[in-house]
Amino acid sequence: MQSKHSPTKWLTYFVLLVWAIISLLPLYWVFSTALQLPDYVESDPPKMIPMGIVEYFTHPENRSQIVHDTFSGFQQLFNSTNIWRWFFNSAYISIVVTAGILVLDTMAGYALAKKQFPGRKLFFWLIIATMMIPGQITLVPLFIMVQNLGLMNTHWALILPDLSMVFGVFLMRQYMLSLPNDLLESAKIDGASEWKTFWKIVVPLSKPALATLGIFTFMNVWNSFLWPIIVLNDADLYTLPVGLKTLQDQNLAIFKLLMSGAAVAAVPMIVVFMSFQRYFIKGLTLGGVKE
Amino acid sequence: MSSSQATQLPEQSQLDAKALPPALRRRPSLLREMWKQRAAYLFLLPKLILFTAFVLIPVIWAFVLAFQEYGVFGSEWVGFKNFTSVADSEAFRTALWNTLKYTVVTVPLQVILALVLATLIHPLGRRAQSFFRGAFYLPTVTSMVIIAMVWRWVYNYRYGLFNYMLGFLGIPAQDWLNQSNTALWALIIMSVLIPPGVGIIMYLAAMDAIPDQLYEAAKIDGASGLQRWRKITVPLLKPTTLYLTMLSLIGSFQVFTQILLMTGGGPGHATETLVTLIYKTAFRDLEFGLASAQAIVLFVITLIFGIAQYWLMYRKAEE
Repeated sequence: MQSKHSPTKWLTYFVLLVWAIISLLPLYWVFSTALQLPDYVESDPPKMIPMGIVEYFTHPENRSQIVHDTFSGFQQLFNSTNIWRWFFNSAYISIVVTAGILVLDTMAGYALAKKQFPGRKLFFWLIIATMMIPGQITLVPLFIMVQNLGLMNTHWALILPDLSMVFGVFLMRQYMLSLPNDLLESAKIDGASEWKTFWKIVVPLSKPALATLGIFTFMNVWNSFLWPIIVLNDADLYTLPVGLKTLQDQNLAIFKLLMSGAAVAAVPMIVVFMSFQRYFIKGLTLGGVKE
Repeated sequence: MSSSQATQLPEQSQLDAKALPPALRRRPSLLREMWKQRAAYLFLLPKLILFTAFVLIPVIWAFVLAFQEYGVFGSEWVGFKNFTSVADSEAFRTALWNTLKYTVVTVPLQVILALVLATLIHPLGRRAQSFFRGAFYLPTVTSMVIIAMVWRWVYNYRYGLFNYMLGFLGIPAQDWLNQSNTALWALIIMSVLIPPGVGIIMYLAAMDAIPDQLYEAAKIDGASGLQRWRKITVPLLKPTTLYLTMLSLIGSFQVFTQILLMTGGGPGHATETLVTLIYKTAFRDLEFGLASAQAIVLFVITLIFGIAQYWLMYRKAEE
């Protein structure tokens, strides 16, 4: 594969490009259908591009109608559903949980990585053990708890269990093990308080791990589905995935509307991914159990 | 790490001895040690409270519930009745069988596909590498709810893409998701065609870590490209392969979202999996005890598969 234009190289590019197209096709289809003219949404064979682009030039007399029809899915979505509400709910819950997790898990991870306190091993293994247990086990007990606490059909029912996940503690601990002990000791000798050492030395040094944890937390909360459909009943409280499911249940026929909703839900994650791509990649390769 | 702490510990205890309140100075050493490290507990405390309340207690409670008949006005101990119901249940056997079929087909294919795609991407230039990494990872960050909605269209009987493509091969149109003999396979094909973004990225990172000298030495010895891949790359990637197989295994035992949205477990129980069944048992039938027993069986099965796979791969490595 050394020479620049060897056949192997071209074959490699060809295979990868075909596979990349297959993998991106569903996302492309979301946007293409959201902008498709209603007459073509269910056409057979499927139209691979929004036909408004073609008709805009072939039917100049109808341009305003064509533009209107192209965006009618979004118009209907904004007028007849709670989509903004769902968007707002998803956004604020994701941000609150992400901020909370960053604070809680950095503190806990620091204690586990850098403090020699009795019970440290126990906590660490407890965390590892619960990470192995499938989430479905706690579904029923959490449901009963949430009901007894009167939190059913509130956003607390989503936020509190999400804030309790331990993956971030594990991640932060693994990262902080590599911070130099000398630095923390000298801060102590200089008379810095525990809190100041943490805030002024540990947190700034942990920025890469914080970025990774923040992004993954945001993504998981934004896309979370199983638990929200169990605890939310009120259309005003839905998050985007739950709202989209109810749209699908109600409007089987209106595929254009559904895909417009999917587009609204997909764009923020695409933007986050494009802006922070390197942290996603770093995050996946951080880890491995160091003891 | 341990050596530096060993030298610093005495110093630290001298500093802290004065800070101890008089009452604690003559206490047993464990308590004294805990008091000295009180900052650590304070750092840990907020997370610990949440973790105990919303993870630890629910996990323990699940094991209790599995032996009870749950009622609003109090629960009754029923011994192993829930577990015998699980074993006798036709629906559970179907769900288990479907989950196993799904897992046995998708897990190896996903891992192999990740390995092959990473192998193809790795020798490319930096920009091409980062383009393909992005293209294959982007679908992974998209909500499964969205992906599932699109795939419902792909499999649509009248105007879906799948029937359209198969039309070129002369295969007659099928209502893939609504026939009990095709629905599960349609879901399996979908899972294989969603690119293994996580796997590709982890394999690429592991490939970067393999020293070039190994390949150069093999080249001098006259090994072909394919031989070098088989004898150097694949064996050295084994820890990554093991980790990815484990991840994929856990994910596939817990498959839920796409099934609920695309078939709801039907037609009949044709695409019922363990988690869709647990979901329905708990929140449609309100059989909390039974659902907990099902969840524990799921946990045990995952554990057995995980251990078996670990053992198989490492035993093979020793041969």
